[in-house]
Amino acid sequence: MAKQRAKPRKPESNQGQDAIFRGTSGGDAKLKDEAFKDQRSVRGTPNAALPAFVLGEELADLADRDPRIVVLTADLANANRTNDFRARHPDRFFNLGIAEKNMMTIAAGMASCGMIAYAATFSSFCVILGAEQAKTDCAYPAMKVRLVGHHSGMSMGFYGTSHHALEDLAIARTIADMTVVYATDANHLRAILRASTDHPGAMYIRLGRGRDPQVYAEMPRDFRIGKAATLRKGRDLALIACGSMLRATLDAADLLSKQGIEARVIDMHTIKPLDAAAICKAARETAAIMTIEEHNITGGLGSAVMEVLVGEERLPFQRHGIPDEFVPVGPPAALYAHYKLDAAGIARKAKSFLAAAGRV
Amino acid sequence: MNVVAGKRGHNVSRAHLTDRAMFVRLETLRLARICGAGHYSSTFSAAELFAALYYAHLKLDPKDPAWPDRDRFVLSKGHAAIGLYPILADLGYYPPSELDNFTRLGSPFGDHPNMKNIPGIDFSSGSLGHGLSVAVGMALAARVQKRSFRVYCMLGDGELAEGQIWEAAMAASHYKLQGLVAIVDRNQLCIDGQTEAVMGVEPIHERFAAFGWDTQRIDGHDFDAILGALGKLAPAGTGRPQLIVADSIKGRGVKRMELSLQWHVANLAGEDYDDAAAEIRAGLQPRAASEIKNG
Repeated sequence: MAKQRAKPRKPESNQGQDAIFRGTSGGDAKLKDEAFKDQRSVRGTPNAALPAFVLGEELADLADRDPRIVVLTADLANANRTNDFRARHPDRFFNLGIAEKNMMTIAAGMASCGMIAYAATFSSFCVILGAEQAKTDCAYPAMKVRLVGHHSGMSMGFYGTSHHALEDLAIARTIADMTVVYATDANHLRAILRASTDHPGAMYIRLGRGRDPQVYAEMPRDFRIGKAATLRKGRDLALIACGSMLRATLDAADLLSKQGIEARVIDMHTIKPLDAAAICKAARETAAIMTIEEHNITGGLGSAVMEVLVGEERLPFQRHGIPDEFVPVGPPAALYAHYKLDAAGIARKAKSFLAAAGRV
Repeated sequence: MNVVAGKRGHNVSRAHLTDRAMFVRLETLRLARICGAGHYSSTFSAAELFAALYYAHLKLDPKDPAWPDRDRFVLSKGHAAIGLYPILADLGYYPPSELDNFTRLGSPFGDHPNMKNIPGIDFSSGSLGHGLSVAVGMALAARVQKRSFRVYCMLGDGELAEGQIWEAAMAASHYKLQGLVAIVDRNQLCIDGQTEAVMGVEPIHERFAAFGWDTQRIDGHDFDAILGALGKLAPAGTGRPQLIVADSIKGRGVKRMELSLQWHVANLAGEDYDDAAAEIRAGLQPRAASEIKNG
């Protein structure tokens, strides 16, 4: 039998599924996991005590007011909670079965008749499987299709590489006229969805598992596609992160603060069009920049930021994410720890980066 | 133009349709000469289908290309657009002179159609295997919007090897899209040879029937057969999507091109151009099966 390339760490406690999947958050996860353990059913995912997966609910709210909205999925109405939309708008919900490419092109056909089509499936089967449909049928004719890729990155953990999406940002952002936005948590997703209805052209909206640890205590009213959000002030280092990495990055910034390092934390939720101004500002005002993403470091957020920085004055820069390899099998929490993408790991990575750059 | 704007089905003489199919072939020659290469034979096989649909059947309004209630036409075999552009110009979607710079830098007209640049093109195409899914989406939109337009999708026979066609065929019957019409231009050849040698697609109508479609099989160069089939579409209440397999001859109308592999993309020059044009002007000649050379 082939030897495993990397040996995943053992999860820290005997988690139920909840703790296993809630890998990116800080120390409070364990407490909450204990709190709702008794409410778990072996038959499915509990709703209590978990952050809500608001995709279907928010789209249903939007559809109450906007007759153009339709929702499609590919046999994942439960996993992505588009069944919440189906319950309220059954005539505008379409399940295409396990046929993602067909779903994406059908969404484009609907959009050509004036609908705004949200097509949701696992990220691994969205713009990775359907890259050509995303390009030719959605982006090129500027169809108002919103490809929603959920359970992105390696959040599917031990389901393995077939169910991981560590290439999707790279693929999506090389498609001309494709807007690429990455939701950080439930409140953030609501803001993205509201902004998406009148956004021109095609979009790829990346989600984590959809029940992600909270970063935004309420819906960010000032959310704008293409405008990064600074979530923490600091000048010793800028941590530019996106989506699932924000909670852990903010927690890492707190750990660094205890060691006298004040890190700016930027939510670069829009990968394309990238907020170059925010990056240049960080380059001018901070001593170093590190990007953090749940994605192959080739082609994703780090690469995109680097493409901006190459035109700026030199400063220490590092990409942090998944190296160019297929990740080993393991529960998500263990994988985040293995790749130093939990709060402690990000803090350690930042510290050693600054040390190597002579900044601490 | 002879279209009666805003309704489906127009009483047009066979002579006029024959003339318009000839026009499609002649314009294809002219446009291919402008860019130095063209999909002659895939267009010639569909010339009668194009003429019948656009001059005698589809519910359109060339003065209002975005009319929400118009019938939709998706050219899934987008490489035949060179034969559709002249029809749209002829119907008044844009001035015919627009085509004089066909495929030149900055022209709206490429070998494959771009809906963003060309009035009358309902969806961009070129990547085979996508069109039927687009058409399913349009038919579903009609249902959501409570509109009665139909969606027509012209497929090549070779592209039936694309798996997404069958995903769409499944979805069309699952959603009971009676207003969806697929027309297969069964011209027998794909690029590398006979479809049945490269990747067998027959029996096409039986395969679609097994997927829950109503099917008809006709001579794709016979206007009586084409109009007859279009007239029989979607009997009320079947809830089944509609398929017409149009048996045709790739390259029909220019003998050297008929069922020849050499003319999928080609360029007619000099006397060859004039000979082909003269042959087209003489009209379709009857063909015995034994006359048609293969490859």
